[in-house]
Amino acid sequence: MGDGVGLQLDEAFRRHGPEALATLIRLTGDFDLAEEGLQEAFAAAAVAWAEAPPANPRAWLVTVGRRRALDQLRRRIAFRARQGELEALAEIERQAAPEDEGDTAFEGDDLLRLIFTCCHPALSLEAQVALTLRTVCGLATAAVARAFLVTEETMAQRLVRAKAKIRAAGIPYRTPPRELLAARIEGVLAVIYLVFTEAYAGEPGRGLGAEAIGLARRLDALLPGRGAIRGLLALMLLHEARRPARHDAAGDLVLLEDQDRGLWDGAMIAEGLALVGPALTADAPPSPYAVQAAIAALHDQAATAADTDWRQIVALYAVLMRLSPSPVIELNHAAALAMVDGPAAALRRVDALAARGALAGYEVLPAVRADLLRRLARFDDARAAYADALSLARHEPDRRYFTRRLAELGE
Amino acid sequence: MQYMLLIYATESVEGALDQGAIMAEYGVFTQGIVESGAFKAADRLKPVATATTVRIRDGKTLSTDGPFAETREQLGGYYLVEAKDLDEAVAIAAKIPTARYGAVEVRPVWAMG
Repeated sequence: MGDGVGLQLDEAFRRHGPEALATLIRLTGDFDLAEEGLQEAFAAAAVAWAEAPPANPRAWLVTVGRRRALDQLRRRIAFRARQGELEALAEIERQAAPEDEGDTAFEGDDLLRLIFTCCHPALSLEAQVALTLRTVCGLATAAVARAFLVTEETMAQRLVRAKAKIRAAGIPYRTPPRELLAARIEGVLAVIYLVFTEAYAGEPGRGLGAEAIGLARRLDALLPGRGAIRGLLALMLLHEARRPARHDAAGDLVLLEDQDRGLWDGAMIAEGLALVGPALTADAPPSPYAVQAAIAALHDQAATAADTDWRQIVALYAVLMRLSPSPVIELNHAAALAMVDGPAAALRRVDALAARGALAGYEVLPAVRADLLRRLARFDDARAAYADALSLARHEPDRRYFTRRLAELGE
Repeated sequence: MQYMLLIYATESVEGALDQGAIMAEYGVFTQGIVESGAFKAADRLKPVATATTVRIRDGKTLSTDGPFAETREQLGGYYLVEAKDLDEAVAIAAKIPTARYGAVEVRPVWAMG
């Protein structure tokens, strides 16, 4: 097989793998059996597609994967006949095979079923994230483990336990009915946003940001016109667009105000901006994701840091505080306020927030304080605050940034 | 599938509530799941002060006063229900009056046979 065919196969697996898996899980009613069937279908495709590539690769993978899953069940039954497996075999044989290779009407439905099952609230949030990245995005277990800084063995066990709970607890493989849908979409969005923020805060180049955006794009295509989905997609695009400018050549963090805006991804910003309006007006009141996207849009639209429309950003944070009050939003609100009313007014708010203790252990609070104190020329207090931020920072680029700030202020 | 819905509440909190109103709500709930066909069995337990915990150690039966676990919320009763899947079982559990001030644990039951 030539390299060209190998590349085409990789591309086909990446594009069609998750959808084929989603359909195979519906047909077999078993995550593991579906995964094994798909693995064998991939292996068969490496030979078969070199000679004659199929017109519909996804349908081919489903047909072959289903057949291999049946073979697998028959082998297990021959080995030790079990009542449950006999019933499973009868069930798969009863399920119609995807005869019509041109029929793609159900592929999106199966992908939605898979997404909602992986993000079911009866699973722990970390299990939801792991299952989604492994099965919906098709990442290797090792890649998922690296992204969340655990060993491959730990991640493999997490996945096994999650799939066992789906089976044993009777978590349904379906898109939730209308009365549950809005709440369950919020759950899926929380998983996607967690994947994105984990990627955003960590070392650059882990690729999870693109996975999170890809998931939101698919969800938006499958459930169109929903403000929360569209808002989160816009929010992530408008942040991801700044990635090329967020770190310098040495890998050090560059603040928004110091970034080279010429490095920002213009196409991504345009896509994000076009989504903000529809996201804001889809629901009343708007989804908090849509309001956060509107704030990100104001930053992305400013030609220079000095051109930023801080008054409108402060007003949007006030809206956000009414929609979903949280200490983190309050802190961001105070930081934006510094650009309108000055650092002294903002510092009073941040100190009041710190006194309530709701953000204890969150490194952004002392970092914001330190920046305000520095601008008020209270350098001793600023040094102490940067030292606090440094001791709390979880990610290496943040630690290097705080260390640099401390050095700039002198000892 | 069958699910056991285990009903937990803090007895001191429960004692302060209007017992007549709660019992009436339980009556309506139980009648509802009997009519829908989900009902298999249910019982209300006497207070945790009446509990005895039994263990066999070195072949000897040891009985001690009180519940097995010293938790803030105590097991006060259960329903055994038939449901299509977890979502349906959770929907039933959410209608149990105690879910508003206590908690209901939903546990799938092993199918024997």
